[in-house]
Amino acid sequence: MPAPELVEITLRVNGEAHTLVVDTRISLLDLLRERLGLTGSKKGCDHGQCGACTILLDGRRANACLALAVAHDDCEIVTIEGLEHPLQDAFVEHDALQCGYCTPGQICSAVGMLGELELGWPSYAAEDVAVAPRLDAGEIRERMSGNICRCGAYPNIVAAIEDVA
Amino acid sequence: MRPFRYERAEDAGAALAAAAAEGATFLGGGTNLVDLMRLGVETPAVLVDVTRLPFREIEETEAGGLRIGAGVRNSDLAADPRVRSRWPALGEALLSGASGQLRNRATTGGNLLQRTRCPYFQDVTAPCNKRAPGSGCSARAGEHANHAILGWSERCVATHPSDMAVALTAFDALVHLVGRDGGRECPVEGLHRLPGDEPQRDTVLERGELIVAVELPPLAAAERSAYRKVRERASFEFALVSVAAGLELEDGCVRQVRIALGGVAHKPWRAHAAEAALHGVPATAASFRAAADAELEQARPLRDNAWKIELARNAIVRTLVELTR
Repeated sequence: MPAPELVEITLRVNGEAHTLVVDTRISLLDLLRERLGLTGSKKGCDHGQCGACTILLDGRRANACLALAVAHDDCEIVTIEGLEHPLQDAFVEHDALQCGYCTPGQICSAVGMLGELELGWPSYAAEDVAVAPRLDAGEIRERMSGNICRCGAYPNIVAAIEDVA
Repeated sequence: MRPFRYERAEDAGAALAAAAAEGATFLGGGTNLVDLMRLGVETPAVLVDVTRLPFREIEETEAGGLRIGAGVRNSDLAADPRVRSRWPALGEALLSGASGQLRNRATTGGNLLQRTRCPYFQDVTAPCNKRAPGSGCSARAGEHANHAILGWSERCVATHPSDMAVALTAFDALVHLVGRDGGRECPVEGLHRLPGDEPQRDTVLERGELIVAVELPPLAAAERSAYRKVRERASFEFALVSVAAGLELEDGCVRQVRIALGGVAHKPWRAHAAEAALHGVPATAASFRAAADAELEQARPLRDNAWKIELARNAIVRTLVELTR
């Protein structure tokens, strides 16, 4: 094995700048959890398949597990710890969880998704991708398909998002 | 994961110079590459990050088409109003792929160069000619229900996973490349290879060659087009079979048609035989079925995937019938 490669990077996380020397191999997810103590973002699959690690990266939702920290020098990151959004109350009111492990990712993803909707982005659920989208339960399910809930709390997750949208 | 050196390129020249290093690989959105590195399938010594190169715009060409920078994210391309109105099947193909999170990271160039999701390719303990040339194909006699029915070889029966590439193949798109000896263009249809004796080579790219843009020419048939993806769950899943099709009609007959299939071969499969069978004929379900038959005549199912032929036939017919409405 060659020796680890170390690089200095600066990230803004939840409004605060952090300058760190990192191994080129570390993911944003591991950096957030292990180096910055921000354990809200969860490691589910570590392959971009479950969405539990979803964060907002330069304002857009992304899987932190597949993002190499070194490639995100100067980026702006918001995790569940830095969010203040009506969706958080809506998830509580609608009982949109059971074990809660996927919840931080669900909420970060839903915040990103609502931003995409505001920009008029279409989804595969659309009859016609050229037309401006209108959110309904089918659209929410399609747009949130990158977030898996193994407890199956989907009906209440959809209801919570519909409530806020 | 094997340690690697990281280099961020600010322009194409720097990227090409960095890529000349032994074991260098370009990094786009990383949604496939980082995963493969974690699995031990890819072990680059140097990652050359090309996401900050100035190839992040979508521009109109003089010919009336679009030039899409290789660094344009899949979600931005899918949201582009020109794509949505003039190449809707491309928008649909992009939106049918992966998840919202992944589309926000994945780039146009990287999407084209993603690797097969054949489980044996991703499992470093299994023989696989694509990952370890000469080691054998575990899928040939193993689990291959979702593998190729067209153009496969005894060495490899894997399929190409991209949805976007299927639509680009249907619509005569070109890939703009730069290498150390200058630039060249290549049709998307000719970018990916059939496996033959060298399944380790997914594409015709030379070592160190970089995709800088994808160009869509203007195409009448693309304006009335759709992407149908058949899969085992409704979202966030790869295709069993997919169809990108575009149709231009005149007096109830086919004036121009474009058809490409996904999930059936080592590359996006342009259905030239089906297109030829449709030129000038009445746009009816019977014509579409005959055209699908003409294409699928050359299909060779594996032990466990003959069902894909019927699925592809039905997907072609239904996509075209819906385009006539």
